[in-house]
Amino acid sequence: MTATLDAPRTAAPRVNPPPRNPAGTLLSILAWVIGVLFVLPVLWMVLTSLHSEENAATNPPSLFAPLTLDGYANFFGAQTGTSPWPALLNSLTASVLSTALVLVLAIPAAYALSIRPVRKWTDVLFFFLSTKMLPVVAGLLPVYLIAQSIGMLDNIWLLIILYTSMNLPIAVWMMRSFLAEVPVEVLEAASIDGCSLPRTLRTVVVPMVLPGIAATSLICFIFSWNELLFARVLTATVAQTAPVFLTGFVTSQGLFLATVCAASVVVSLPVLIAGFAAQDKLVQGLSLGAIK
Amino acid sequence: MRRTSVRTALLSLVVLLTSTACAGWGGSVGGGGADSINVLMVNNPQMVDLQRLTAEHFTEETGIHVNFTVLPENDVRDKISQEFSSQAGQYDVASLSNFEIPIYARSGWIAPMDPYIAADPAFDQADILPSMAESLKGPDGQIYGQPFYGESSFLMYRADVLQGAGISMPEQPTWQQVADIAARIDGVQPGMAGICLRGQPGWGQVFAPLTTVVNTFGGTWFTQDWQAQVNAPEFREAVQFYVDLVREHGEAGAPQAGFTECLNNMVQGNAAMWYDATSAAGSLEAADSPVRGKIGYAPAPVVETDNAGWLYAWAWGIQAASEKKDAAWRFVSWASSKEYEQLVGEQVGWSDVPAGKRASTYENPQYVAEAAAFAEQTRAAIANADPRNPGVQPRPALGIQFVGIPEFPDLGTQVSQEVSSAIAGLVTVDEALDRGQELADDVAERYRSRAEGDS
Repeated sequence: MTATLDAPRTAAPRVNPPPRNPAGTLLSILAWVIGVLFVLPVLWMVLTSLHSEENAATNPPSLFAPLTLDGYANFFGAQTGTSPWPALLNSLTASVLSTALVLVLAIPAAYALSIRPVRKWTDVLFFFLSTKMLPVVAGLLPVYLIAQSIGMLDNIWLLIILYTSMNLPIAVWMMRSFLAEVPVEVLEAASIDGCSLPRTLRTVVVPMVLPGIAATSLICFIFSWNELLFARVLTATVAQTAPVFLTGFVTSQGLFLATVCAASVVVSLPVLIAGFAAQDKLVQGLSLGAIK
Repeated sequence: MRRTSVRTALLSLVVLLTSTACAGWGGSVGGGGADSINVLMVNNPQMVDLQRLTAEHFTEETGIHVNFTVLPENDVRDKISQEFSSQAGQYDVASLSNFEIPIYARSGWIAPMDPYIAADPAFDQADILPSMAESLKGPDGQIYGQPFYGESSFLMYRADVLQGAGISMPEQPTWQQVADIAARIDGVQPGMAGICLRGQPGWGQVFAPLTTVVNTFGGTWFTQDWQAQVNAPEFREAVQFYVDLVREHGEAGAPQAGFTECLNNMVQGNAAMWYDATSAAGSLEAADSPVRGKIGYAPAPVVETDNAGWLYAWAWGIQAASEKKDAAWRFVSWASSKEYEQLVGEQVGWSDVPAGKRASTYENPQYVAEAAAFAEQTRAAIANADPRNPGVQPRPALGIQFVGIPEFPDLGTQVSQEVSSAIAGLVTVDEALDRGQELADDVAERYRSRAEGDS
């Protein structure tokens, strides 16, 4: 059932591998080296998370030390009795809701900046970008004081609003470039067929730029999931997010590397899952579709 | 069908998150209710035990639910000063050191505990070690913090290694004797340094042991009338001695070594001596420690003073803006009580007891049996520490290994970076301290002009 509803995947003509030449081989080796270099720290983190604290702290590193799940047990509260689930769910709430809000606001805005540009649309675009020019940390104290005076400290909605506004400019810029590639003819055809604007957006534009939407939501999700600065300052016990919870395992007295690595692995998982979920759409955007 | 199911899933996720986001997920058991308090504390091993035992015992007995936020030391200091200076009232209790308590008390950020102590004879304030209680008083003489655990500093050495080399540690060593011993045992075992001393930048890292060395060499950061003394001969001599000792006979990677690194060195047999916190002894004598039973303990080495050990405590402060001060006191008095020490001893182990604050701890036969190797030396070091008068000259502010003024973390950390560079061999001690003197003089200048303004 699902297969038939999928976009008809015409078997792409098989491209023969290019003839081997020394430069190509060298490039492949280089690509492999760079790839391995990028993956190595992550593998190291996973390996360390499976070691005991004592083995994780040795220098030179004990690569082949026996594996254990103690780090993960500690992350899930074996020592402190504190569960990480509230923090993980807080992060999920803040990331998913802010990403959804960003999309709802960014797609119409991008439409008005690319397909039917408003007057002075370049100025508007620049204005959006200019909001990212202020260092985040410069806004920290005012935000804290305002939140304190309106009683929004330690409230997950404050983070949702902040993450939405922090990611909105990026999302508008990204969505604008995706929407700009939608052929005008398709939109004209839709309007000739009597399609209203909301319907055009919903049934014509959105499906065509789905890869763009996937990429944008992934970026927004990652940014808000990983945000630490605001979360650390503005939350306390109720709205604490996963990155803040993670830093709580660092201690200046005693060993913590294995537990922090285990915590990092668990906290990275949702981002990885989101990445894999979006991958399908991202690849589609590269390989097929009306816009290519 | 696929599209519909995806849409339904997304929609239900959003609805679920929105509906629960109103409350947030934390503190699910009565989050901000009347019978719950919020505690912000540093992530040290003793606090990890406290978290677990609180739910099982304190909440069980009193019905007061405690929500903890734990952060690494530097982060928790930032967060506490932000929270308390704005009196946001989000946290009722925070872990503060004896450096912060007098400063916070002066600013009116934390509540005095005298009324609670008077009404709670079971807490037995008289049992708290006098030097400890003294260091947690505000300028008005009231007590503003209750210690959770305290420490001084002493010299830990591998008794087996010294004995093997035919060296005996004097009962009260001087720094020169320690340097001589370090030279003789440096490398007697492969990879074993003569001594481990902190070199990591930070006012609470290298300058914790180093300031005690400065004190006993006759130096000080400031004179009583706020003259900076960082490049004075005594200060210079002390730092030169420390830097030479750690460069010649100290651990590998000294400029990055702090408490944790030295502890690892000691446990792994990479150092024969270590001058640091008395609280380290618990880790060295832990059941799974390979050096258990091999360590000797001597008082902090001296030169011109009789004692040189520092005084440090993690204590509980109650925020002045807290609306649940009674519940907060119940928690503080429980966590700092004799009963809690007994509980930790029985449930976790006697070497993990948050000690160093109560005289009764050192009379408890179960504790003394477990900590026999270091209990008396620890008690004596804490009792002998004098936070008001740690050196050879009168001081303008409280503190042994620090100067009890809000500017000190910045000042100490900046100067420590210079000293750390000197340990790395990048600058000379003279250059480092000349720069340090300029920084210290800026601070002293402010206090001098304030004093003039007052008169």
